[in-house]
Amino acid sequence: MAIGAAVVLASVVSPYDPIKTNQRAPLEAPDHAHLMGTDRLGRDVFARVLWGGRVSLSVGVVAVGIAAVSGTTLGLVAGFYGRRTDSIIMRLVDLLQAFPGIILALAIVATLGGSLRNLMIAVGISAIPDYVRITRGTVLNLRDQEFVLAARVVGARDHAILVRHVLPNVTAPLIVLATLGIAGAIITGSALSFLGLGIRPPTAEWGNMLADGREFLAHAWWVAFFPGLAIMLTVFSINLLGDGLRDALDPRLRL
Amino acid sequence: MLSYIAHRMLQLIPVLVGISVLTFLMLHLIPGDPVLLFAGDKPLTEARAAVIRHQLGLDRPLWVQYGDYAGHAVRGDLGRGLRSQRPVLDSILEVLPGTAKLTLTALALAAAAGITLGILAALAHGTWLDTAVMTLAILGISMPVFYSSLLMILLFSFRLGWLPATGQGGWERLVMPATALALISTSVLARLVRSGMLGVLRQEYIVTARAKGLAGRVVVLRHALKNALIPTITMLGLQLGALLGGAVVTETIFSRPGIGRLAVDAILARDLPLVQGTVLVAAVTYVLVNLLVDVAYAAVDPRIRFG
Repeated sequence: MAIGAAVVLASVVSPYDPIKTNQRAPLEAPDHAHLMGTDRLGRDVFARVLWGGRVSLSVGVVAVGIAAVSGTTLGLVAGFYGRRTDSIIMRLVDLLQAFPGIILALAIVATLGGSLRNLMIAVGISAIPDYVRITRGTVLNLRDQEFVLAARVVGARDHAILVRHVLPNVTAPLIVLATLGIAGAIITGSALSFLGLGIRPPTAEWGNMLADGREFLAHAWWVAFFPGLAIMLTVFSINLLGDGLRDALDPRLRL
Repeated sequence: MLSYIAHRMLQLIPVLVGISVLTFLMLHLIPGDPVLLFAGDKPLTEARAAVIRHQLGLDRPLWVQYGDYAGHAVRGDLGRGLRSQRPVLDSILEVLPGTAKLTLTALALAAAAGITLGILAALAHGTWLDTAVMTLAILGISMPVFYSSLLMILLFSFRLGWLPATGQGGWERLVMPATALALISTSVLARLVRSGMLGVLRQEYIVTARAKGLAGRVVVLRHALKNALIPTITMLGLQLGALLGGAVVTETIFSRPGIGRLAVDAILARDLPLVQGTVLVAAVTYVLVNLLVDVAYAAVDPRIRFG
């Protein structure tokens, strides 16, 4: 699992590279002067992969951030206040889950238009249901336990109870979910960009780089190969990390 | 059993209503005036905008518009595509079989491969085979559909020349897209089946069966598998949704006609009625499939029916 962590860090190195994305060196060329070749407009693929990494990763992280924050809040509220609030919130969540993930994100991007911000919102919203369910589940379990009742007796106010007593118990499964969620968000984000619905060229992003390279697959395979490899390796290491976290935190998970 | 089904179908109605509300709202949530979408190429004067708005009923209160939309939708009228002026439902029905064939093939492949691998891994727990299968599974989850598709095209179409890269018709054209699609689901199912089997194999009734002297394989197949498969059924339903989403990408890459490609082209062309229609159909299909899955689940596990 340490390997997982190391590889993730390696892909985070991407922020540290100069902006070489718009050079107009002539070629569509091979692998020697340029580590990963150049693309159709002569831009260095390696640099674009590194810079694109920044974009793709940020979509993943921000989307999960949105989903986690909103989802957790909704889950806490639903579990804690129960009955009508719970019903309403869970209905909404069911509704969100009625749409298959990508299709929901697709619909949102279709409505709002393609851009970095909208992509993050779309992927984020499609990820919310899981967080709501997990948080709500934990809250329901803990709600009637002694320490909560004790806190109430002492006169602690609702949100204080939520934050100081319930929240710490939710963090473990949330961390696992968020980690694995980032992996999924990266894939969804790059898939949408690949289809032309997310981040558009010339901004480098792994998904749209793959779309670009698709045209030349027969004779300039490197343009598509490396961004795709980057996506795969990053997601792979994040998944390893998430799995490792899950195993490590398991005994403490009391869902 | 029947009452369970009836109960679930009743629960379905608010969800269906909700879906239709959301798709309806798409038109009104876009930045900018919806009239612009329908205006076409000629410059839009205020007067003309008002006329169009009235024609489309966009000047009525929202809930009236929704009622109209829903009423039409239930009767199968989802409006007309902006570009082709064909009824949306027709365009969708035309491509639906293609998507269905692709998705169902992928699901079948994934189920067969995933369940088998999961069982193998569980039985070989702790050996290199287990680790190998699991690592491959994580790798499978990590590879985006569009990447595996491109790699397959690169290898099998361009380098080896074995399979055609585009179009539909005939199994040679179905193989690559279906396999690419199935990859992720196979991995998910394999992991699920494996952990389910491991959990079940450790339980007491398995030990009892073994103590009774039943042959190892009988124990595995009859007792462990049936119980381990219960969450798998639910997962199959969820995977179908994922496959629908994946089909969007696969159809685009392999240039196969299908709902996914229809939706994407529609979005790129800002053909909102068509987008609304495809999203609606996709969601409704998904919900119905999950209903079937839940019913199957209840059929297999009596606890659900009476709990």
